[in-house]
Amino acid sequence: MAIAQQVIFIAVLGLVAWLAYRRIALIRSTILLGKPEDRSDNPGERLSTMLRIAFGQKKMFDKPLVGLLHFAVYIGFILINIEILEIVLDGILGKHRVFAPLIGSFYPVLIGFFELLAVGVLLACVIFLLRRSVVKVARLQPVRHREMNGWPALDGKVILIFEIVLMIAILTMNAVDLALQDLGNEHYPQTGNFFFSQFLKPIFAGWNENTLVIYERFAWWFHIIGIFVFAIYLTYSKHLHIVLAFPNTYFARLIPKGKMNNMPEITTEVKTMLGIETAQTGDAPAIPDRFGAKDVQDLSWKNLMDAYSCTECGRCTAACPANITGKKLSPRKIMMDTRDRLEDVGKIMQANGGKFVEDGKSLIGDYILEEEINACTTCNACVHECPVRINPLDIILQLRRYKIMDESQAPASWNVMFQNLDTNQAPWKFSPGDRFNWAADLEPKK
Amino acid sequence: MSDLAYKVPTMAEMAANNETPEVLFWVGCAGSFDDRYKKVTVAFVKILNKAGVKFAVLGTEESCTGDPARRAGNEFTFQMLAMSNIQVLDMYGIRKIVTACPHCFNTLKNEYPELGGNYEVIHHSTFLQQLIDEGRVRPEGGQAFKGKKITFHDSCYLGRANNIYEAPRHVLEALDADLVEMKRCKTKGLCCGAGGGQMFKEPEPGKKDINIERIEEAIATGADTIAVACPFCMVMMTDGVKNKEKEHSVKVYDLAELIAQADGL
Repeated sequence: MAIAQQVIFIAVLGLVAWLAYRRIALIRSTILLGKPEDRSDNPGERLSTMLRIAFGQKKMFDKPLVGLLHFAVYIGFILINIEILEIVLDGILGKHRVFAPLIGSFYPVLIGFFELLAVGVLLACVIFLLRRSVVKVARLQPVRHREMNGWPALDGKVILIFEIVLMIAILTMNAVDLALQDLGNEHYPQTGNFFFSQFLKPIFAGWNENTLVIYERFAWWFHIIGIFVFAIYLTYSKHLHIVLAFPNTYFARLIPKGKMNNMPEITTEVKTMLGIETAQTGDAPAIPDRFGAKDVQDLSWKNLMDAYSCTECGRCTAACPANITGKKLSPRKIMMDTRDRLEDVGKIMQANGGKFVEDGKSLIGDYILEEEINACTTCNACVHECPVRINPLDIILQLRRYKIMDESQAPASWNVMFQNLDTNQAPWKFSPGDRFNWAADLEPKK
Repeated sequence: MSDLAYKVPTMAEMAANNETPEVLFWVGCAGSFDDRYKKVTVAFVKILNKAGVKFAVLGTEESCTGDPARRAGNEFTFQMLAMSNIQVLDMYGIRKIVTACPHCFNTLKNEYPELGGNYEVIHHSTFLQQLIDEGRVRPEGGQAFKGKKITFHDSCYLGRANNIYEAPRHVLEALDADLVEMKRCKTKGLCCGAGGGQMFKEPEPGKKDINIERIEEAIATGADTIAVACPFCMVMMTDGVKNKEKEHSVKVYDLAELIAQADGL
């Protein structure tokens, strides 16, 4: 029986590793569809940004209570992994609580600490679920935000229920273990009581030894398979942020938020038009097939990593002046649409041996509407709010460049503004010769 | 003070006399053409004169920095304007620029270097703070602000875009007025609705205009003066006040106008 369990466990572990590898490889290859962008400068500052924002969760504490609850889930997730290591080793080696004899009397202290974390995760997830379903925090409601309809709203709840069930499994598994230790079952070495699960023992008071063993095995398998399923699930879910928050903050923009990326491919042409000598025409960047971004392949790899890092919390959208006043624009939707498009592109690649085949769709038009990007005031509120340093504005501006420069699709009044700028060097219809007339207002009044 | 002869030397005049200014005042399109914002330009020039700052303007040689074109997505028009401006600025050997427009400020400071234009660029809020700190400007002798309630509306291109939150507030503190903050201020400041090219088009369909949302918040502070530091914010806030029919009880002023008023200029 023990050997059978070992074989099954190793087979399951191998399957999970293979599935995870396939998913990670696909995500990686779709991120690499993006254009190159150098984010390797200032490694020291990048590291400290990552340590503060991702590791230290700094931005999450803008909302102190939510920050604290999120921290409980985060720290629980990171540290309970040590216990999962023991579970995996047990599974492979056919042992039970392999760490117990190694660390002796410290073992129950360690497990007690993990249990404390598990209780924290459990409570936080219950509160988060209540915030979604009962308190109805506005930014998480599909009624108010259309991008949350269907799968995204469900995804948010599924993850929380998943975590609650996993925590219950681990706590009851430990309680049954203690009950079996009390009965002196030889497979369950004496470890001493655990901090929290000792109080759950009465639940199992009337159970006979056999049933206890069955429940313990069930909880053990349920817990570890649950974790495996969760690991695969999160690659399809908004929950991917738990991994990508780290690289995403490391590679975040370090320059002032107000600065837009330059388009050097245009500079040569502009210089020629103005009759300015270009130093070496040979080095000039080639005129691209397309100006701005029409689809995900036109964005940079960092824009695409941003899309996979988004956990749909909606802090960006809640701060967006356009969204607040009822416009269609939602920065969260920009990120979700970018990811949806990437997932669709990924599926096409998978079906065609890793090659993308045109499907007649594009990010702007089929996923994001012109009306959305035209509503943006470039105020950077969304960029400022994001707890993992995602930049929806950068995507919006690249989509605008495509609409304006490649498709020449601008709102009529913008075309008037462009015309004024081209002819009068001012956005309004004033003669350049009148530009200095204001100085007349300085003349002493008679 | 009204008999003081204010001077606005142009760079062309200065260059002809072989002089170099301490700083170039970049007026911007709104400061040059918009009737309301021209008053801010005049107020700032008066302050520069009073403080004895050796400055110059480009006059008719100035063009739009290209900000609205770039934000709207028209990189060609942006780069055409930027390159021409850089040619003019470099021809005169300009090193330091002050401007009252956060959009000009952001573009000149952050975006011109990649096109070859490298200057020290400061916004007039920072410049005014320096003048006050150095004692070159003393907001006294004019209108008294003691007991008045002022709220400051953060401009996105000054605040979040460039992390300038304190300089405008320091300037206002010099007025000895009662500075009250809106709920959404500093990093959380709500946009006036004009950035990103919105100034030059109708808003997309929605429930409300952004400037109305913002002005309601400003009025709720009970302030009688809304201080701004941006020509677009000025337009949006002024329209908002009119929409709420509060133009008699709530005034919108730029920082430079308030300092000029306090200084009796």
